[in-house]
Amino acid sequence: MPKFAIEVNGLRKRFGDQVVLNGIDLAVMPGTIFALLGPNGAGKTTLIHILSTLINPDVGSARVAGYDVVRDKNEVKKSISLTGQFAAVDEVLTGEENLLMMCKLSGLTTAESRIRTSELLIRFDLAAAAKKRVKTYSGGMRRRLDLAISLVVSRPVLFLDEPTTGLDTISRRALWDNIIQLKEQGITIFLTTQYLEEADQLADSIAVIDQGRVATAGTAVQLKSRLGGEVLELRNGHDELLLVVPTSGKIQDVMLTLNELAHSLPPDTQVSIRKPSMDDVFLALTSKEREESYA
Amino acid sequence: MNTPPSVRKPASFGMTNVVFIGRSIRHSLRNAEALIMAIMLPIMLMLLFTYVFGGAIDPGGNYVNYVVPGIILLCAGFGSSSTAVDVAQDMTNGIIDRFRTMPIRSLSVVTGHVVASLARNLVASIVVIGVALLVGFRPSANGIEWLAALGVIILFILTFTWLFAAIGLVTGSPSAASGYGFALLFLPYLSSAFVPTSTMPNWLQGFANHQPITPVIETIRGLLTGTPIQHQGWWAIGWCAVILIFSISWCFIAFRRNAGLR
Repeated sequence: MPKFAIEVNGLRKRFGDQVVLNGIDLAVMPGTIFALLGPNGAGKTTLIHILSTLINPDVGSARVAGYDVVRDKNEVKKSISLTGQFAAVDEVLTGEENLLMMCKLSGLTTAESRIRTSELLIRFDLAAAAKKRVKTYSGGMRRRLDLAISLVVSRPVLFLDEPTTGLDTISRRALWDNIIQLKEQGITIFLTTQYLEEADQLADSIAVIDQGRVATAGTAVQLKSRLGGEVLELRNGHDELLLVVPTSGKIQDVMLTLNELAHSLPPDTQVSIRKPSMDDVFLALTSKEREESYA
Repeated sequence: MNTPPSVRKPASFGMTNVVFIGRSIRHSLRNAEALIMAIMLPIMLMLLFTYVFGGAIDPGGNYVNYVVPGIILLCAGFGSSSTAVDVAQDMTNGIIDRFRTMPIRSLSVVTGHVVASLARNLVASIVVIGVALLVGFRPSANGIEWLAALGVIILFILTFTWLFAAIGLVTGSPSAASGYGFALLFLPYLSSAFVPTSTMPNWLQGFANHQPITPVIETIRGLLTGTPIQHQGWWAIGWCAVILIFSISWCFIAFRRNAGLR
């Protein structure tokens, strides 16, 4: 086993004039969950497509399970499973037929495929809907089937592109449990998400990308601590959020900050002090560009 | 906790094709509207041409013998055009990314649609011939001529199915694929399918005589009803072979380029 399950060096990709990835460096340890966090259009899906051999990078290199994604495409394909942004299931077939098809394509015999399919249907709580066409499935059921398909044979690295987008809270939590179970089996999971909570709950390490660059990377705790000890939240009389200001949490610092702000804020402004959340990390890192793009 | 089977090796090329063919045939069977349409439309057209227009075109009542080969090809062209939509649908769904990231020949997903289209169209052709026999079609073909005609029909279906598959790959959306496919379906009307090209205006004759459908129709008509084939047989095979090779190569290139764009 190589030292890193996924290793990315100086990756760049442009489509026409648009620079999508502008020099990405990453490393993911084997058997961990890695979350790539970023707004729409940040380049998350493009990076997953490069790592899963769907497209080639313009510059830079990437290795998955020790294999180069450009030179050893076939070896990479044998080491990964990709669950795309839109549930990659065949809507016309039943859940069972989807699994049987993927088992056979993965090289299992018919008998092995049947056994594996019924195991996965039970494990992902789809046995009752096994004979129903996927067209009739709910979003959560599709995603569970999607994940089940990714597991027909054991692959060391699993890519999940926005696995819980569009799911309700209960389905999302159920899927999180599934993902954590996979990690416990030793599978490396590379997921993208727009949800900070998801990254916070699931990931061993996180990278925030924005405009094709890694804005920051580390564990959830590290990312939050970089914002300082405490965050001041300022709301007006109608309880509308005015400002979020990171501070060290020390009394002098808090007083100075509030003194500076006092002149420019309405007198009925409410102040609360809390620990930084992943949202604060995200906003602090990406807000500058956003302001520019909205201007 | 179940441990997933460790893979010895991925599915063989043959197995991959078998799986994808099975998938596409299931798709065909479950799309009942399209299946009924593919069979009903040619039958309705045949009845229309035989009973409504036929009397005016050939007052002797022999028109059914003239028109059956044209209806078979019209039916095959119509049936294979849905391949463009099937392929385009697959390309716009996330499932194609999954296939592409598996260690298999993922172009087989297109082969699956082609084989299913062939099966669909052969069934439709047989139904059309059966109904034709009921309404007075009296072929003169012997066993070998029937087999030869079947061979030409299969070649024609494969040719147009691969062409429509390529159209499905490059158009990028099912509705666009359907639109482009529709344009091709006018070719049989501008051929000797329904009336002899000699009855058309001169400028149209030039096109009608030198487009691929006419020799294919003349060959099938000759084989089934004994009209002279002459050199049309070679033209039919030549046209189909050229379009077939072109279409398959186009599919290969388009499939690879699509992969690069996604």
